[in-house]
Amino acid sequence: MQNEQDHILNEVTSGEYKFGFYTDIEQDSIGRGLDEDVIRTISAKKNEPEFMLEFRLKAYRHWLTMKMPEWAHLDIPVIDYQDQIYYSAPVQKAKLNSLDEVDPELIETFNKLGIPLEEQKLLSGVAVDAVMDSISVKTTFKETLAELGIIFCSFSEAVREHPDLVRQYMGSVVPYTDNFFAALNSAVFSDGSFCYIPKGVRCPMELSTYFRINAANTGQFERTLIVAEDKSYVSYLEGCTAPMRDENQLHAAIVEIVALGSAEVKYATVQNWYPGNKEGKGGIYNFVTKRGICKGDNSKISWTQIETGSAITWKYPSVILRGHNTTGEFYSVAVTNNRQQADTGTKMIHIGKNSKSIIISKGISAGLSNNSYRGLVKVLRGAENARNFSQCDSLLLGDKCGAHTFPYIESANHSAVIEHEATTSKIGEDQIFYCNQRGISTEDAIGLIVNGYAKEVLNKLPMEFAVEAQKLLQISLEGSVG
Amino acid sequence: MLLIKDLRVSIDGEEILKGINLEVKAGELHAIMGPNGSGKSTLAAVLAGRELYEITSGKVLFKGEDLLEKSPEERAKDGLFLGFQYPIEIPGVSMVNFMKTAINSIRKNRGEEPLSASEFLKKMREKKDLVEISSSLTNRSVNEGFSGGEKKKNEIFQMAMLEPELAILDETDSGLDIDALRIVARGVNNLKSPLNATIVITHYQRLLEYIVPDFVHVLYNGRFVKSGGKELALLLEEKGYEWINAEEVN
Repeated sequence: MQNEQDHILNEVTSGEYKFGFYTDIEQDSIGRGLDEDVIRTISAKKNEPEFMLEFRLKAYRHWLTMKMPEWAHLDIPVIDYQDQIYYSAPVQKAKLNSLDEVDPELIETFNKLGIPLEEQKLLSGVAVDAVMDSISVKTTFKETLAELGIIFCSFSEAVREHPDLVRQYMGSVVPYTDNFFAALNSAVFSDGSFCYIPKGVRCPMELSTYFRINAANTGQFERTLIVAEDKSYVSYLEGCTAPMRDENQLHAAIVEIVALGSAEVKYATVQNWYPGNKEGKGGIYNFVTKRGICKGDNSKISWTQIETGSAITWKYPSVILRGHNTTGEFYSVAVTNNRQQADTGTKMIHIGKNSKSIIISKGISAGLSNNSYRGLVKVLRGAENARNFSQCDSLLLGDKCGAHTFPYIESANHSAVIEHEATTSKIGEDQIFYCNQRGISTEDAIGLIVNGYAKEVLNKLPMEFAVEAQKLLQISLEGSVG
Repeated sequence: MLLIKDLRVSIDGEEILKGINLEVKAGELHAIMGPNGSGKSTLAAVLAGRELYEITSGKVLFKGEDLLEKSPEERAKDGLFLGFQYPIEIPGVSMVNFMKTAINSIRKNRGEEPLSASEFLKKMREKKDLVEISSSLTNRSVNEGFSGGEKKKNEIFQMAMLEPELAILDETDSGLDIDALRIVARGVNNLKSPLNATIVITHYQRLLEYIVPDFVHVLYNGRFVKSGGKELALLLEEKGYEWINAEEVN
């Protein structure tokens, strides 16, 4: 059995990562290294107003005083922050007639990723902001959305066109002092998406940002800000991929969500960064700070994440339940295979009365990987009748991987009710044999079992993406059971 | 349809099956009886392709082809079905999804088009009626939280859906109350045809009051020690396995 398992494990090759290609396009890059001049250069390239540069410099100076966090259950190699490139943008070669036109080569790249940038070819009902390395290439359906007063554009554009909104909300949920990676991002962030839903508007389409790392040795530091005014609604989806390279690449992003009174924001991620090869060479280091605040009463923020990529994942999408009767949700499936490492979970901070949170985390570990859930449920003194339910399940494939659960509960209010359930299970040989006997191949059986296990989370994704996510789970685990 | 010649099987160096010979033809219903530990379940598992066992000698032909060379899913595609003694739970996977995946995997391996959703659902309805299983079972996850009887009924339902040429039912009767036993037996009888064959493995004679076998084989200590018609089962019931034991010694 052991030999068989080793054999099958050996069959897993990096070739299964479908998005590992590289687009050979001229890049406008700055040199390696990080200092105040680099930050000034980035800011100048983006024609930013003065306040933005000041924000970046403050963050940078603060970052210099900080150390990389070491508390996660991760084995992170030493990262030389002076050996990274902090800005790299594809140069559009073709002569363009209008600002809205995109170099055909970039269109081709996104086509290959399954993200057509021409509006008529897009999935109906999904608007996309396509980001490659340090810049946004194209945002679709901008005009259609603008008719409803919705702003959906690249972060750089928002800084120039809507500086007051950016100034009001940027850093209000994740201040640059928050943590090491948040400080780094605040200093050097390149592009990302900005989204503003005005009062009472229900956004009629899914908004989506697709992040692509293309250039070598370059870090991606995007920043996304979503503001939902009173009684508005938006559903947001983020996808990401990168070429296969032997070197590790750094990705340190920030996502901030502000939900005002009775607003609802759903944020879903299908994270498929290159995970490295089976020996653990290469892959993205994914250090991300995602946080939302339910600022107004009766508001709701929901995070759904499908994490299959990255060599290392350090990520805790959180909700601050400031208003009364607010709801925070976290649904997660995190898959690790080969030598991937993930330390991921959430924080639910209950401040308002009758605030509710639900955490459903499904870890799946295979190969030699390590998969940890880390979650904090904190109830402050004033949070009368706060409720939390957490369920953390781990599924093991094979006997060389690890699954860990680190739940933290801090409650300062006696009326709070906090429930935590955890299970660990293994895909059994007898389950596989049962499927085999019914004519189902081992690969399909694993897909069936894993998707059954993750169903509660997959069901939270928008329909079109749920199907993609199911396939992705199966591909990520191909050949991982003996 | 099935031809077993001098099949010898070991697990961890211990010989469990010590030279099995059996021929099953289309349209026949065979019962294999024997006390605990005689090797009944091992025989069923080996025929279905479970890898835990070492086949030390012998040959098995299924429809003229070497069965032992094939993977479990190829055997399923060829029309072999095993009703499990202990059906396995698969949480979160609905019976509908499971059956659809199974049927369409088999169809794909046979070079056939997958069933459309409506064709599939029609088939589900028909077979549910045939084996008298309620929708409440087929709407749940595979065997999850099923009672012992429900699990066995579900095996018969799957058999009906997959329409195998050879069905091997491993102690499908164990742990059933009389009503469940009747339903299981009725399912087996309804599915019987001149084109398919069934091997019923059982410890007790009880099931054979409802399913009438053409042949009864007594497996004892890894060998078939007696074969005969349905009257053999009655004799066993009357005299017990001790009787075989004595015969063996003599």
